[in-house]
Amino acid sequence: MSAKVQVQTTINNEPVQFLCEPRQSLLECLRDIVGLTGTKEGCGDGNCGSCTVKLGDRIVTSCLVLGVEAAGESITTVEGLAHGSTLHPLQKAFLDHAALQCGICTPGFLIAADALLQKHPHPTEEQTRFWLSNNLCRCTGYDKIIRAVQAAAIEINGAAQ
Amino acid sequence: MSTTYNVIGTRPIRHDGADKVTGRALYGADLQLARMIHGAILRSPHAHARILRIDTSKAEALPGVFAVVTAADFPPAPADKIVDFGEGDTLLSSLRGNILASGKVLYSGHAVAAVAAVNAHVAAEAAALIEVDYEPLPCVLTAPEAMAPGAPILHDDLPNGNVAELIRYEMGDLAAGFAEATVIVERELDTATVHQGYIEPQNATAFWSSDGRIHIWCSTQGSFVARDASAAVLDVPVSQVKVTPMEIGGGFGGKINVYLEPVAALLSKKVGRPVKLVMSRRDVFTGTGPTPGSRVRVKIGVNDAGKITAAQAWLAYEAGAYPGAMVGPGAMTVFACYEIENVLIEGFDVVVNKPSTSAYRAPGAPNSALATETVLDEIAEKLGLDPLDLRLRNAAKEGTRRADGPRYKRIGCIEVLEAMKASPHYNAPLPGPNCGRGVAIGFWFNAGLPSSATLSVNADGTVNLIEGSTDIGGSRTSLSMQAAEVLGLRAEDIHPTIVDTDSVGYTGVTGGSRTTFSTGLAVHDAAQMVVEQMKARAARLWAVDEVAFSNGTFSGNGQSLTFAELAAQLGATGGPVSCSATVNPKGVGGSIAGLIIDVQVDPETGKTDVLRATSVQDAGKAIHPAYVEGQMQGGTAQGIGWALNEEYFMDAAGDMRNGSYLDYRMPTALDLPMIETIIVEVPNPGHPFGVRGVGEANIVPPLAAVANALYRATGKRLNRVPMNPATILGL
Repeated sequence: MSAKVQVQTTINNEPVQFLCEPRQSLLECLRDIVGLTGTKEGCGDGNCGSCTVKLGDRIVTSCLVLGVEAAGESITTVEGLAHGSTLHPLQKAFLDHAALQCGICTPGFLIAADALLQKHPHPTEEQTRFWLSNNLCRCTGYDKIIRAVQAAAIEINGAAQ
Repeated sequence: MSTTYNVIGTRPIRHDGADKVTGRALYGADLQLARMIHGAILRSPHAHARILRIDTSKAEALPGVFAVVTAADFPPAPADKIVDFGEGDTLLSSLRGNILASGKVLYSGHAVAAVAAVNAHVAAEAAALIEVDYEPLPCVLTAPEAMAPGAPILHDDLPNGNVAELIRYEMGDLAAGFAEATVIVERELDTATVHQGYIEPQNATAFWSSDGRIHIWCSTQGSFVARDASAAVLDVPVSQVKVTPMEIGGGFGGKINVYLEPVAALLSKKVGRPVKLVMSRRDVFTGTGPTPGSRVRVKIGVNDAGKITAAQAWLAYEAGAYPGAMVGPGAMTVFACYEIENVLIEGFDVVVNKPSTSAYRAPGAPNSALATETVLDEIAEKLGLDPLDLRLRNAAKEGTRRADGPRYKRIGCIEVLEAMKASPHYNAPLPGPNCGRGVAIGFWFNAGLPSSATLSVNADGTVNLIEGSTDIGGSRTSLSMQAAEVLGLRAEDIHPTIVDTDSVGYTGVTGGSRTTFSTGLAVHDAAQMVVEQMKARAARLWAVDEVAFSNGTFSGNGQSLTFAELAAQLGATGGPVSCSATVNPKGVGGSIAGLIIDVQVDPETGKTDVLRATSVQDAGKAIHPAYVEGQMQGGTAQGIGWALNEEYFMDAAGDMRNGSYLDYRMPTALDLPMIETIIVEVPNPGHPFGVRGVGEANIVPPLAAVANALYRATGKRLNRVPMNPATILGL
């Protein structure tokens, strides 16, 4: 075991300090040290997207980022999407459109979709599918997820011109 | 005449929805307990080898390590001891052997030893320090090879070499049937080993208390089956084990077997602290049950009128390391959609040096339907018949006898075929060159099995629902809706909770498409008891003999109270109302599903694009149509992945070379179109609302439908799944 490192970050708009080993992934730090278990681990090698979080202004698979790399960064996890007890429009759309079955991939999809809608306020179906193709879902066949994201786009940004 | 419902058929928001979109829902790996430590499993690098020596001393000496266990830590039991936890007899040595190898390892990835340490990193380092001396043995990886003379033998105690079981179903006079046929087609098709691919890896946390009780938290499809299997493996009474089911991240049949639970318990017993084990993705691929690879030969004869006169099937399924391939259901379903007088079906359950297989959504049926449905497609072409018309001329109906014995009650085969034929998709033109449209249908039995539920009326007019069915895809809500329908309430008025095995009556697995049917029946029966007790309270209040209940209102002798109004008066009329029901239903209704699929093949690269897909399924009654659609879309997507892409690549030594999501490539959002759905409702007479169950049948048609579409697009009848570019280009 190597000496632990103190990491200063902002997580979901709150300053957070945690102690971690240099070898621990950001995912492990979030889940096991900070206690934010909403971010899930499906593969550990960046291929399922369940651990997707926002790091600074980009989305990352947090299993491929070290906790120490998050020093000074701002992180958004699924726990930070809702405003108080009001769900984010994407969260509401996922429920309205039955876009989850088991729900294990949902946190990653929500974070990825949130980033999509910030870059493309009115994504086409193709854009949505392309953007979300790093997030695996084994339950839904994606149909209801795509519909939920497109409905949320209209809810957030209004109908496309 | 159709019944009118208030709640059933609507689409309320799921009760666990807010928890699951905000990250609050706790899945197995999310569990944190005081003093909890972490484990790792050492797995065999050999597909077949004798274990000569295991030396754990270096691992035990590593700082931060608390305990190491091997198969030697199981309590002693007779070698021939049989255990039965409700799903048939199993040899205890097989059950234990797959959890921690003893004597021999039978596949690459077979668990050999486990470590508990201060954290998962130290546990993994320690596992790597365990020294195992192996004597490698020749391995055998496919059913035909394992059945051949001189093949390496996995188990000395199987009487027929590597064939663990031979199944034979016979009906009528096969030779006479084929003699009547004017067209006979015979084909042999292979399918590769594929995995369920649930995104959440297996996990288990166990605490073996000093009072002898064992508490297990895990992501399982069946908490009672996990309890019973763990108790059997650990040789303790079932009452000594309590399983708390955590939220589960997919299962599809793959989370019925236990792998980690007894190991975590053994480690905890040594240490006296809770021990958590979580699999890596590679562990999931190599150490848990995929579904069998298979070779299936089907021969069908048809007369000039398009009537099937005889059908013969030969099926060999790879069980993996231990007996129990899903060849039984494969054999029972191979011709299950059709009325055929003369049938012979032979099935072989064959052990090979691959992970021990487990169920995957209608287990065994897609493999055999692939052969039947592609042969029928070829026959339809030879006869110049529409492929759906050929099927309609032979469709199973009420009274049709299957070769394995049962006669169907109401079954929706004709209705599904007619819905396919009438669908906008089937009547639309294909968009361009190199395109093809394929159709296929499939059958799945669905299951009954015991289920329990308790309903307790709250003074505010809502009702708490206590149940034991793991919720994989919205069953809290499909069950609550059935309670609400009986009680005249809204779905939102029911508060469902899934509890541990000490806190609810026995409930079978969430599998076999049975939860909405079977646990739904328990909920329905408990709700009817609530109504009767509430009527008695109203009768007492009003001093009348007869109370009626309709649309949520009790009435009698000119007086009336809503459910909520009466609920508020329960305290004053004798106390709270709480009713439990346990059912073991026999009125299971099988489900037929069909798929229409359009593909386009790039003739240069062999890449297939799925352009359009329409899934059609008989739900009996769709309690929550959005969740029924979701099952149909999910099963279709998995079937498309199986058909086109997914496969265990094993090298000659039996090592899986693509044990990651990068290389075992499941369909992404970019690989699929929207999946259209048509829900057919032919009510099951064995359920008060007509429910059949919808989880599985939808994965049966895609393999054959894709193969048939590829034929129309390329002119090639492929004999191997996955039908990837290499197969399509004949490389």
